[in-house]
Amino acid sequence: MSATEIHDPNRRDFLYVATGMAAVVGAGAVAWPFIDQMQPDASTLALASVEVDVSSLQPGSSLIVKWRGKPVVVRNRTEKEMKDGEAVNLADLKDPIARNANLPSDAPATDANRTTPGKEAWMVMVQVCTHLGCIPLGQEGDFGGWFCPCHGSQYDTAGRIRKGPAPENMAIPVFKFISDTKILIG
Amino acid sequence: MSEGHSTYTPKTGIERWFDARMPLPRLIYDSFVAYPVPRNLNYMWTFGGILSIMLVAQILTGIVLAMHYTSDTNLAFDSVEKIMRDVNSGWLLRYLHSNGASFFFVAVYIHIFRGLFYGSYKAPRELLWILGCIIYLLMMATGFMGYVLPWGQMSFWGATVITGFFSAIPLVGNWIQELLLGGFAVDNPTLNRFFALHYLLPFMIAGVVVLHIWALHVVGQSNPTGIEVKSKTDTVAFTPYATIKDAFGMIVFLFFFAYFVFYLPNYLGHPDNYTVANPLKTPAHIVPEWYFLPFYAILRAITFNIGPINSKLGGVLCMFGAIAMLFLVPWLDTSKVRSAVYRPWYKLFFWLFVADAILLGWLGSQPAEGSYVFMAQMATLFYFAFFLVIMPVLGLIETPRRLPNSITEAVLEKNKGGSGHPAGATAAPETKG
Repeated sequence: MSATEIHDPNRRDFLYVATGMAAVVGAGAVAWPFIDQMQPDASTLALASVEVDVSSLQPGSSLIVKWRGKPVVVRNRTEKEMKDGEAVNLADLKDPIARNANLPSDAPATDANRTTPGKEAWMVMVQVCTHLGCIPLGQEGDFGGWFCPCHGSQYDTAGRIRKGPAPENMAIPVFKFISDTKILIG
Repeated sequence: MSEGHSTYTPKTGIERWFDARMPLPRLIYDSFVAYPVPRNLNYMWTFGGILSIMLVAQILTGIVLAMHYTSDTNLAFDSVEKIMRDVNSGWLLRYLHSNGASFFFVAVYIHIFRGLFYGSYKAPRELLWILGCIIYLLMMATGFMGYVLPWGQMSFWGATVITGFFSAIPLVGNWIQELLLGGFAVDNPTLNRFFALHYLLPFMIAGVVVLHIWALHVVGQSNPTGIEVKSKTDTVAFTPYATIKDAFGMIVFLFFFAYFVFYLPNYLGHPDNYTVANPLKTPAHIVPEWYFLPFYAILRAITFNIGPINSKLGGVLCMFGAIAMLFLVPWLDTSKVRSAVYRPWYKLFFWLFVADAILLGWLGSQPAEGSYVFMAQMATLFYFAFFLVIMPVLGLIETPRRLPNSITEAVLEKNKGGSGHPAGATAAPETKG
């Protein structure tokens, strides 16, 4: 050893760092499957889309389907509900963003942006309160939309938050009309 | 107290054989027989022992319940009913386990308040206190997941609301929530992982309890005067003095426990949880188990946005902050005197804090509307003010009463029968060891 010239950093330093790096990468590689297995599995993701027959829905009636374990309401709104929804001044909204997965993430929360073009009577919405996940009751509350019994959040006829602790409008999932009477959600 | 040398002398051949190879009998003797405890410990000091047997009881009843339970969303509710109706003694084991959780929390709350009253968290017992706080956190996680297993309406919606807390975290919140749920809503993957974790966590609690007791045996027990042990006359041997006192405390505690198990087994639960979970219908009024109610009230008290923090995140932060306060107590209390017995002002505020905690618990059980919201906001304000303002400030401005020179002096002074007490007979029982 005494004859060997010791540079700084020397070979030993390199080995320490390399071993340490390998240990860190190895620990991460071992840890990842343990975290990864907790994410939604293939069978859960396979339920990601459902087809709904809405031919029976008259104006003023709604049905609920289960999508990704959550209730999705499909509502054929009445004329009055649509008018109420359109009449709202955007400045009065607690959450001014449409929260519509079919639109850009900054689309304003107009009544039209909460529905789909040509089918403005139809609300398709994840009926889960954006506060802590309870299921609001339909056609109740001060705004004639939805009312959450858990912590008192009130939504209007377009599912927009108007009053109470919830921070956001109820979410509109990705959906489309595949015929006049069939909707594909997800 | 453990720095003292061991006084164990093996008497029989087999004891000597063990002592030379693995001195377990010596450890037990030094920890639970000869171990010196302050002679003035009162019944508030028996809750450590009570908590130990509650943990053992929960693990034992839990293991046998797991032999009959099925963690599948289609079968879980029925398997619990099967335990109640078909399994031999199943009703008893389940009621012991469900009420055992409540009484575990009763004991831990008394244990925590005892620590706050007598300043048990002060140097050199900070680490002992923090280990206790960790046990408390693990207990809350275990209790919450256990409540989900019967798969009733309150199980399902409690799980939905509590996992919903995590969605309040900016950026990674939704990912964390999906990771906890194993899906997009509470469902079969959630129930399965909660069952696995509910089985694991009590053993982690047991592990931290060992550390808690280890730390306790290094620094020794505090006592009602808050004065450190100074001489041999300040202490008595753990056995028989503390052993008998602990045993008596346990029997009285178990008497109350048994009363609930046999006469009020569902008093601390919710009728809604005897309805099978329905993901499409929320019960009118979601309430967590009673031992979470003060924190639930704090969560709901934040109905307003604070700058960039919206009301939802604010509520979640305050709720976790309320628990975090406990971890900081050793450094928030600036007083040089440990025990509230010698701190008249702290004593007053301590009892106000107890009343505040009970008020928050009651508010948590009420609907979040009208004047309840305002009351919850005021109670939350006092909760934080107690830790962040009253504790640090009182320590600096309060004039404590005169401290006795030693535990022995305090005990003898009390037994002298000044202030109209006849000597001996009616003197405070807590001074008798």
